[in-house]
Amino acid sequence: MSEVLLKVDKLKKYFPITGGVLGRKVGEVKAVDDVSFFVNKGETLGLVGESGCGKSTTGRVLMRLLEPTEGTVEFEGQDLTKLKAEDMRRMRKEIQMVFQDPFASLNPRHTVEKILEEPLIVHGVKDKEERKRRVREMLEVVGLNSYHAKRYPHQFSGGQRQRIGIARALMTKPKLIIADEPVSALDVSIQSQVLNLLEDLQKEFQLTYIFIAHDLGVVKHISDRVGVMYLGRLVEITEADKLYEKPLHPYTKALLASIPIPDPDVQQEKELLKGDLPSPANPPLGCAFHTRCSACMEVCKTTRPELVEIEPSHFAACHLYNK
Amino acid sequence: MELSTNKEMQVPIEPAEEKAVSPWLEAWRSFRKNKLAVIGTFIVLFFVLLAIFAPYIAPEGINEQKLTTSDRLQAPSSEYWFGTDDFGRDVFSRVVYGSRISLWVGFLAVIGSIVIGCLLGIVAGYYGKWVDSVISRFFDILLAFPSILLAIAIVAVLGPSLRNALIAIAIINIPNFGRLIRSRVLSVKQEEFIMAAKAVGMKNSRILFHHVMPNSIAPIIVQGTLAIATAIIEAAALGFLGLGAEAPNPEWGKMLSDARAFLTQAPWTLFFPGLAIVLTVLGFNLMGDGLRDALDPRMKN
Repeated sequence: MSEVLLKVDKLKKYFPITGGVLGRKVGEVKAVDDVSFFVNKGETLGLVGESGCGKSTTGRVLMRLLEPTEGTVEFEGQDLTKLKAEDMRRMRKEIQMVFQDPFASLNPRHTVEKILEEPLIVHGVKDKEERKRRVREMLEVVGLNSYHAKRYPHQFSGGQRQRIGIARALMTKPKLIIADEPVSALDVSIQSQVLNLLEDLQKEFQLTYIFIAHDLGVVKHISDRVGVMYLGRLVEITEADKLYEKPLHPYTKALLASIPIPDPDVQQEKELLKGDLPSPANPPLGCAFHTRCSACMEVCKTTRPELVEIEPSHFAACHLYNK
Repeated sequence: MELSTNKEMQVPIEPAEEKAVSPWLEAWRSFRKNKLAVIGTFIVLFFVLLAIFAPYIAPEGINEQKLTTSDRLQAPSSEYWFGTDDFGRDVFSRVVYGSRISLWVGFLAVIGSIVIGCLLGIVAGYYGKWVDSVISRFFDILLAFPSILLAIAIVAVLGPSLRNALIAIAIINIPNFGRLIRSRVLSVKQEEFIMAAKAVGMKNSRILFHHVMPNSIAPIIVQGTLAIATAIIEAAALGFLGLGAEAPNPEWGKMLSDARAFLTQAPWTLFFPGLAIVLTVLGFNLMGDGLRDALDPRMKN
């Protein structure tokens, strides 16, 4: 068993819904509801799910860009949720983030050099020459040229911008990188280049990734283990091979069935998802998925299934296996 | 330490064409193409130069009274380009010196309201919650008064003088800037690069001054230019009502009100200060509109 780098326990993030003249709390959106998982050193954990299932929120809560409502996040044995603001700021040196939209995540008024230099400035690299040298090195590492340093973000293509975003995350030599849909805003042809880059960087710098995506194909390509989220809850988590070969949860099955096969002659027996994602402000009682599940039983409508180890290192939250 | 898989990605660009086009430079380029904006800028520059070199341009001082009939209320001539007023003073000289007062009031009042408005607006927008409520309600209260009435009230309290008129104009413009920058900060705050800055581990102050501010400043420049125009009009209005500049000072609004009595006898005493106001205001407005077109983020890409 390899070393655990990050351990998330019963993490919750509820957003209050306010209404009325006085802005009273009238309800809450359970964006992340009781999520627990761990990440081993050097591995890639993929988090997948439909839009609005809380995967991005999970990523942000892990870094405390959003304050968690409940639960703990242990990074190298230290509980991040209990750190003071200033200590957390320092801790961000070790945990960095790559954002989804490379057109929005870079400050349009800063040059690439300034964008990449800032992480070093705020984490105490005082020597200007050293900072400049490291910026140029990093540009080469992510496959850009050092003379790109003087340019502004709008002079780059989407793929190049995302390389800049990755370079920024790498500047402080972090241990963990949370990649929040890093390729979903890119052209398909560019996606694989960026994914390859991420894999190469992982080997070179011994990085650990939490890779958030809605595309199971992309996640399969890069992940060692995959967690599937539905309506703020983790419904299944296991090694990537197991998940793709023998999915347990009906939702995972439906997700896998929805991956298009690039061959028009193949007749698929599709178990496609019916209906829409229920509102996370008012999730169904019991198992959140029961409204769309093809194997729904009576118990699913009343009792919420726990995430349990059904096979070795294969966890799922489904009553089908609780006997 | 280059990675082999990424080599094919590198776009071969000759370093020769490596030129950093900053967003400001780009804005300047598009501003230059806008003819009306350039005309406006020239008008503004003309009045600025007029104000700076007034003592060299004006043939007389501001209060050289010549109370003989041959000098009083004279029509424009080669001796008195813009004619003379009821005290026999050269209107041309007074209009030239008047540009000093109007521009001075315009710039200072606007700078004052920008500084205070921005400070309040940034705090309100960035920290939100009750701070925002308090500051926003303060803006609402200021905006609830018709601005010129509020200015009159402030001058009435402080006593009529040019300086107090300037303060009054600065105060009535505070909510305009405050609201503008607050809304900018609110929208910039939602941008992903602010989230990214936080994720990188920057302190609030750094995010505010290095990331939020530079991205909020463009509309302030536009609004500021346009506000100078209104400030000049407001100063003239206060002067006209006798609440601004005092007697011998050649403030344009004051000159208008003095000329009122001789409207039929000597229309030039009214016409030239009025023309000066119109031209300056037009200049600033054209320039401001041009700046808006050049700096508007929606025009990019």
